[in-house]
Amino acid sequence: MQELLQYLFSGLTSGAIYAVIALGFTMLYNATGLINFAQGEFVMLGALSLVSLWKGFELPLAVAFAGSVAGVAAVGILMERLAIGSVRKPHPIVLVIITVGASILFRGVAMMIWGKDAHSVGTFSKHAPIEIGGAVLLPQSVWILVIVLLVVACLQFFYRKTLTGKAMEACAISKKAAALLGIGTERMTLLAFAVSAAMGALGGILIAPITMSSYDMGTMLGLKGFCAAMLGGLGTSWGAVLGGLLLGVLESLGVGFVSSSLKDAIAFLLLLLILYMRPSGILGKRAVHRF
Amino acid sequence: MRRRDRGRLALGMDPLASSGRKKACLASPEQARPIGAPGSLCSCSCCRDQRPETNIQPSSAGKSADMKNLCLGAAVVAAGLLISNPYHLQVLTFIGIYTLLTLGLNMLMGYAGQISLGHAAFYGLGAYSTGILTVHFGWSPWLTLPASILLTAAVAYLVALPILKLHGYYLGMGTLGFGMIVFIFFREWSRFTGGDSGLVGIPALALGPVDLSSRTAYFFLVWGTVLAGFEVCGRIVNSRVGRALRAIHDSEQAAAAMGIDTSRMKVHVFVLSAVFAAVAGFLYAHMINFISPNSFDFMTSVRMVTMVVIGGMASIWGSVLGASVITLLPQWLHVFMDYEMLVYGLILMLIMIFIPQGLVRGITELYERSRTR
Repeated sequence: MQELLQYLFSGLTSGAIYAVIALGFTMLYNATGLINFAQGEFVMLGALSLVSLWKGFELPLAVAFAGSVAGVAAVGILMERLAIGSVRKPHPIVLVIITVGASILFRGVAMMIWGKDAHSVGTFSKHAPIEIGGAVLLPQSVWILVIVLLVVACLQFFYRKTLTGKAMEACAISKKAAALLGIGTERMTLLAFAVSAAMGALGGILIAPITMSSYDMGTMLGLKGFCAAMLGGLGTSWGAVLGGLLLGVLESLGVGFVSSSLKDAIAFLLLLLILYMRPSGILGKRAVHRF
Repeated sequence: MRRRDRGRLALGMDPLASSGRKKACLASPEQARPIGAPGSLCSCSCCRDQRPETNIQPSSAGKSADMKNLCLGAAVVAAGLLISNPYHLQVLTFIGIYTLLTLGLNMLMGYAGQISLGHAAFYGLGAYSTGILTVHFGWSPWLTLPASILLTAAVAYLVALPILKLHGYYLGMGTLGFGMIVFIFFREWSRFTGGDSGLVGIPALALGPVDLSSRTAYFFLVWGTVLAGFEVCGRIVNSRVGRALRAIHDSEQAAAAMGIDTSRMKVHVFVLSAVFAAVAGFLYAHMINFISPNSFDFMTSVRMVTMVVIGGMASIWGSVLGASVITLLPQWLHVFMDYEMLVYGLILMLIMIFIPQGLVRGITELYERSRTR
């Protein structure tokens, strides 16, 4: 029981991070119909810029936090302006390869700036670990869960209550119809890129204190965020959250009770399973044909 | 969904359509009539629309494809005899292996229009099955070749059955998941695969008394296989099967309505491309004599897709060009030292932004534009 609780805690922690990354995927997919293979690199950039700003420049945590998020969001906007938006006849496979190229480019840039070594930062606060039912809950886990919950709540508010959010939702439903109603779809695309990059950065910032950050950390995290998004249902925000948490918990249970060599395989086994049983995901309503 | 059901309904009611369906299914690559033979001129709308997309035109394809193959063959022989620098020969041999990979994937992506982001798995299965059988069980490499082809084809068939029901990004994700699982399997099943440190001591190839381990001999072996692959693909592309594949590429529902057994066709071409990858894996393993999981990771799958798209989808010749560019690029970029990855990503993006139709067609278009001006 105590063991189970412990695995649950660590599962929820990593699950919350997968959920944020999956949310980034989902937002961009909704607004542009694009799967961004550089999403994992946004996570990496977020983690490494936190390392630099917080540890390197010794800025206060809140400033470093905001600075990293804003910086990576700017990178997302640049990527849209310079690469994605400038393709004349966008074929999905071409766009996918452009994002792959961007991910290699980002990795190259990160390797130049931060080198090949792994970096680490301290936890957000120096509280003592909390003990619940014999299992230990780390303060950083609490931070992660609280921040992710806050972000999800903010996103819901944004989509439901603000005009910009509703306009973005309209773009997701039909770009043409939204444009006819006078919504600047191009601006919405830019915004989607910025927010989804910011989400990736957030994931990176949260994960930086509990893991080592290096220029090549992004690929696996991006792919797992992807699995989480598919698991919950590509294109649904709640699906991304559910998929992320589910993936995190199952991964942690699998490592604990079966074998640690399985860790990375679990996400992809789940992915195949869900694609076989219910391709639209747990919360998805319909299979989308995009190619 | 509903639309496809309606298509099937129409199919069932029309006796002509169902007989056409039977014909299309029976046409296996071997039985397919080679193009150039009389009566093979295709006039159905799917092929006519597709023509600008492909390099080889059905009407005169036989001759021009033969000519091109002959030219490539001559170039290969000349290169093999003239080049003695072992490093250059090795790079060229690598290009041959990647061409084989690209060729197979191009059949799947360019012609049938199905994406695969996990094809490195089949490349790895070919390499690891021959590696394990020769190192741990002492089989002769010539016995392991059919074994690794059969194993890979069987795996591809089993995977293809459920996975090819998916479309678009879902298919991409499914193949990605499969590729990752196979990669993790190579890494973790260390008793046989050697895990992360790799599998050492894979024997070199020998044909009776003839030693094939020299760079020149291996170069000829690989490029001979590539030429054979070209011949096979050229024939498939210009046969009834090839036209069926292109019809699926344009619209699966329309293809089904024309009487093509689409799911069966897709599974077949998936297995075919996996077999190409397995042969490439076999050649790779016996060339390097050492394999490790990292040669078959996700980035390898992505690189394969990139080679197809950069060369040009639905272009057999694009495969050579794509494979050459992606193999040579890192060699040239070595001068950039630490900036290598940065420049590589940048070039990849630039090619895709400015020549999204692939190099073969992009260069042809440029040439034609300069002539008309």
